[in-house]
Parts: sequence; C-alpha cells; structure tokens
Amino acid sequence: MRQSQLLRQKMVYSLLAWTVGIAIFFPILWTVFTSFKTELEAVATEPSFLMFDWTLENYSTVFIESRYFTHFWNSVVISIGSSLLGLLIAIPAAWAMAFVPNKRTKDVLMWMLSTKMLPPVGVLVPIYLLFRDFDLLDTKLGLVIVMTLINLPIMIWMLYTYFREIPSEVLEAARMDGATIGSEIVHVLLPIALPGIASTLLLNIILSWNEAFWTLILTAAKAAPLTAFIASYSSPEGLFYAKLSAASTLAIAPILIIGWFSQKQLVRGLTFGAVK
Amino acid sequence: MIRRLTTSICSALLLSMPVAAETVTIATVNNGDMVTMKNLSKAFTDANPDISLEWVTLEENILRQRVTTDIATGSGQYDVVTIGTYEVPIWARQGWLEPLNNLGEDYDLDDILPSIRGGLSYQDNLYAVPFYAESSMVIYRTDLMEKAGLAMPEKPTWDFIEQAAKAMTNKDQGVYGICLRGKAGWGENTALITSIANSFGARWFDEQWKPQFNTPEWQKTLEVYTNLMLKYGPPGASSNGFNENLALFQTGKCGIWIDATVAGSFVTNPEESTVADKVGFALAPDAGLGKRANWLWAWNLAIPSSTDSKAAAEKFVSWATSKGYLDLVAQEKGLANVPPGTRASLYANEAYLKAAPFAQMTLDSIKLANPNNPTVKPVPYVGVQFVAIPEFQGLGTAVGQQFSAAVAGNVTPAQALKTAQRLAERTMRKAGYPKN
Repeated sequence: MRQSQLLRQKMVYSLLAWTVGIAIFFPILWTVFTSFKTELEAVATEPSFLMFDWTLENYSTVFIESRYFTHFWNSVVISIGSSLLGLLIAIPAAWAMAFVPNKRTKDVLMWMLSTKMLPPVGVLVPIYLLFRDFDLLDTKLGLVIVMTLINLPIMIWMLYTYFREIPSEVLEAARMDGATIGSEIVHVLLPIALPGIASTLLLNIILSWNEAFWTLILTAAKAAPLTAFIASYSSPEGLFYAKLSAASTLAIAPILIIGWFSQKQLVRGLTFGAVK
Repeated sequence: MIRRLTTSICSALLLSMPVAAETVTIATVNNGDMVTMKNLSKAFTDANPDISLEWVTLEENILRQRVTTDIATGSGQYDVVTIGTYEVPIWARQGWLEPLNNLGEDYDLDDILPSIRGGLSYQDNLYAVPFYAESSMVIYRTDLMEKAGLAMPEKPTWDFIEQAAKAMTNKDQGVYGICLRGKAGWGENTALITSIANSFGARWFDEQWKPQFNTPEWQKTLEVYTNLMLKYGPPGASSNGFNENLALFQTGKCGIWIDATVAGSFVTNPEESTVADKVGFALAPDAGLGKRANWLWAWNLAIPSSTDSKAAAEKFVSWATSKGYLDLVAQEKGLANVPPGTRASLYANEAYLKAAPFAQMTLDSIKLANPNNPTVKPVPYVGVQFVAIPEFQGLGTAVGQQFSAAVAGNVTPAQALKTAQRLAERTMRKAGYPKN
C-alpha cells in the first residue's frame, strides 16, 4: 500500500518536472522549428507545429549573408578567455574569504553581489570612454576584460560556497608540512575543489556566451560575437522571423551541446551546499 | 538544397578570412534594400581595390543607440552610418556629420527629389544622401473591394475608408477591413497617428511650442483611429507594427492597409504574397482640409565626423546612391527591386513604372508630403510624422504608448490625449522651450 503511494507520488513529481521542463524548453524548440519555415509560415496567424514545408533556405541565407565562423570564434575567445581570467582572480579571492575570513568578509561578499544589481546602462558612458581612450573598442581583449568583471562576483560566490565545504584541517596539514600559500592552493585546494571549479567555469562560459548588452555596445565589425550576429537579422521593414530563428539556432547550438554534456557538473555546482 | 547549404558554409568560411586595404566600416539596418547593397558591394570593391568594406548590421534601435554613442564620444568605429530623415538635421547641427562635397562629377545631385534632398541639408550643406525614400499610401485588396461593391478612388477620404473597411470586414472568415500600426514607438504608431492628425488639421505644437493634444483636432484624430482599429481591425492590433501588418496583408487577412510605400514591392511579389495579383494603391486619405495623411521618410547614408577614412567613405556613399547603382540593382535583381523614392530619373523611366505598379503612387505621395509645412496650421518645427527636435524620440514613444493603450482598451481616447498633453508639457518645460 505504502509502496504504491510512493510510486504515485513519484509519478506526480515526474509529471510536474517534465511539464516544467517542457514549458521552459518550448521557446527554444519553437525557435528551432521556425528556423525551418518560410517567412510567411513563420508569421502565420494559425501557426503549424510540425506540418509545414521544411526548408533549409534560412540557414543557407544566414551562411551567405553573414560571417558566422568569425562571430563564432569571437564568442569562443571571449567566453573562454573571460572565464579563465576570472578563475585566476576568483580562486585566490574565494580562498581568502573561505579559509582566512575576518569580520568584514560577509560585507565584502554582499558588496560584490550588489554590483550585479546595478543596471549596466548606468556605467555605459564611463566604460565606453575608457575603452575609447585605451583603444579597446571592438577588440576581443576589451570584451574579455568586461566579461570577467561582470561575472567575477558570481564566480567568487560560487567558489566561496564550494571552498567552505572543504575541511580547513586539510589545508592546515599541508601548511604544517611546509607548503606555501601558493602551493597549498595549487596542490591541495584545487584538486579537491576541481568539480566546483569546473562547474563555475562552465556556468561562466554560458553567461559570457549569452551576454547581449556589452557585446552589442562595445563591438563593431571585428570582435562582434554571436549575439551581434543574431541582432543583425532583425528588420524594421520586412519579414525576418525565420532567418532570425535560424541565426539564433546556430548561435545557441554550441552552448546547448556543451550544457547537455556537462549538465551533471553544472547541477552539482549550482546546488552544492544548498542542502545541509 | 544540401549542396547549396554546403556552398553557403564554404562561402561563410571564405568571408571570415581577413583582407588588407583601407577599411570602411558601414553601420546599417537589415532592410531588404540594404541587404541587396551589401550583396552587390563587390562591384564597388572590384572597382576600388584599395578599399575594403566591413558591415555592421543591427536592429534599428540598437543601431541608433550604438551610432549615437560612437559619434557623441568621437570614437570613430564607423565610417558610414545609415540614419533616418529625423536624425540628419539634428546631428548636422551638433557637428556630428561631415558635409558631403565630393560626391563626384557624374553624381547628378539635382536628380534627387527636392522634398527628400531638402530634409538632408543644414545651412546649405548636404550632410547625407538618400539610399531609399518612402511616403505612406493606401494599399488595398481589389477583389474584396469589388466584392463589397465599392471602387477605391485615387484620392480617398477618411469617411470612404471607414465605409470600405466596414464593407470588407468578415471576422468569421478572419478578414479584417483595416490594418493600421498599433505598436507603441515614435517610428511605429506615433508616425502613423501624427500623419493622420495632419490630415485633420492637428499639430504637435503651436508657434510658441505649446503642446496641442487638448484640441478638438486631436480628439477627432484619435476617435477616427481607435474607431477603425476597434471595429474593423484585427485582434491584438495594439501590438501590430509594420511587419505584423505586412504578414497579415500578405496572408489575405486585411482589406486595407495604410503604411509605407516601400510595402508596395513586398505585397506585389508573388514569392512572398498570397494576394500579389489582387492589390491596388491609392493616396493616403484626407478629411477635406487640404492635407493628406502621408508621411515622408528616407534611409540615408552619412559620414560621421569621427571617421578617419572620409575620402573612401564618401566614395562608397556616392556609389551606393548613384544612378549607376540603380542600374546595377535593376540588372541583378530586376527593375522593380531598385531602391525607390530618391531619383527623379527613375520615375521618368517608363520600364520602371510598368515593372513596379506602386511606382507612380510612391512618387505622388512623396511629392505631396511637405516637412516644412506638414499640417493645416503653421508649426514651428520641421517633419511630417515626427518633430525634428532631440526630445521627440522619448516623447514620441511615451505618447505612442498612450495611443496604443487606447487601442488596447486600457484607457479612453480622451484619457490618452490628456496624459499625452501632460507628458508633452513636462518634456518641453524641462527642455527649456520656447527657445530663442
């Protein structure tokens, strides 16, 4: 009796999870379907789900009219570059706050998080002027710096949460054996915290890949990533939804594949320390 | 198809490779005519091997924001920018644009239509050249008109438009008598409603820059507009812009559509439109006061003052707006697809008038619009469907949101006008109007 009740409960939860999952994924699925429609079918007032004339025309147009691979490469460099640079700064910062805290540590953490609450447009002009003066406009280096700074609070918070779960005795033992701070971090902390670092890295690659304010404002022709590639398909006069969907599908496909293969790491990293 | 896709991927790989020459970076929007320009630009680089072109294509509002930031800070990321008729005089006054003095001996500047050219000059200097221009007109379904037992006059009145919209509406079959812009935005519903207001004798400001939304002319304008939209328009009309109405018309859901003349080529193209052979055109309606509800707009190419490549940029601008370019498009894409509305010689070409059934109506509509005298009463501003002051972008969108709310039924037309008046008074007070 109790077993059947548990089974029923499990089924209800599964159904609920699938419903929520499909609801979240549906816009992406719809975008993919739209990318295979004609422009007229894409805006039809009675939209068809699967029964339409499937076409690759939009993908063909997108490849002809845009430099997809340049944008793709820019996205790769910006997202991976900023995530690696961010890790270099975030690991020592999180180590200090997790293992050598002081009475201001919580305040510092909150202050860092509060920078994420600032609307980006509020600092647009000063950052734009700095970029102009340092010749960083439309460069991948400039975007790597900005992406690093934007995502640093999240990286530090994630790593801090992760490091807090590691017993400080392990690090103390290394110190007793004569390890310096540097070798303590590199040889002891990093191997233990590798899953957490990997999930932080992955999450930041995804966040940088999807960022669409600074990447649109600070780039022109040379460093524009895939977000700019998508934006180029919106038209004030003329139908564009099908081509825009093809461009969006091409832009999200790489990160969707990475996300799919690394979902275990991501979920583990995001939920670590959530249940104690 | 697979082979074509493979070829496309290979071309994309080739396009991604860097080239060495003086680079001209062009910021533009993704309109069909601009895409054609980009695709045909090889002819320019072949003729000018020392110049290479970089294209930055963006959504209209993002482009405006990016280019404004770039020019205002003197960053010089762009050498050629695509801007509208609204921006040209304002940016020229700010010193953000280079005057165009070296367009070439064979450019034939006098061939540019005077009403278009007039909006691109400041203190007798030309600061931009038109790439394509448009007015607005009535686009209607000839078969539905015939079925309704009516004949669209060449110069319809608002009363006739309502009568025809009523007769053509068949909501059970998903056919709506009229489709008009309802989406909020200074370039969306505000543009259309300001044009309608001109035909009813309304104006944004009087000669002392006092807002005029509390006048009977504006009340009449909004009553006519909301009445048409609510009785004979499609559901959800408050979120329909140019593209949404284009899709509705092309799929046979609209009897009458009053919008940009550039739509003529879309709705008569059998590859895109299911009603391509059943479309007629007429001048924008009037209310018997001597002004019609048609606007005037051009997408122009200009050179920001922050550019390092003025000579190369001007060479490109001259090429892209020349008679030779129109010939090139005619040769490669067909005569009906040349960028419309800019050159008188195009409309003197009988073959073009024959190939493009909307051509004569486009020319007549453009000629009727007068940016310096847009409405019945005198105004202190320039612009038909906009007011050429920097404050208009924000104000026009805020007022458009009120009009859109009236179509959605969230406020009455009277309430929308009252709020519009308050918004306009506050904006003008803060901006220090009247200015001497």
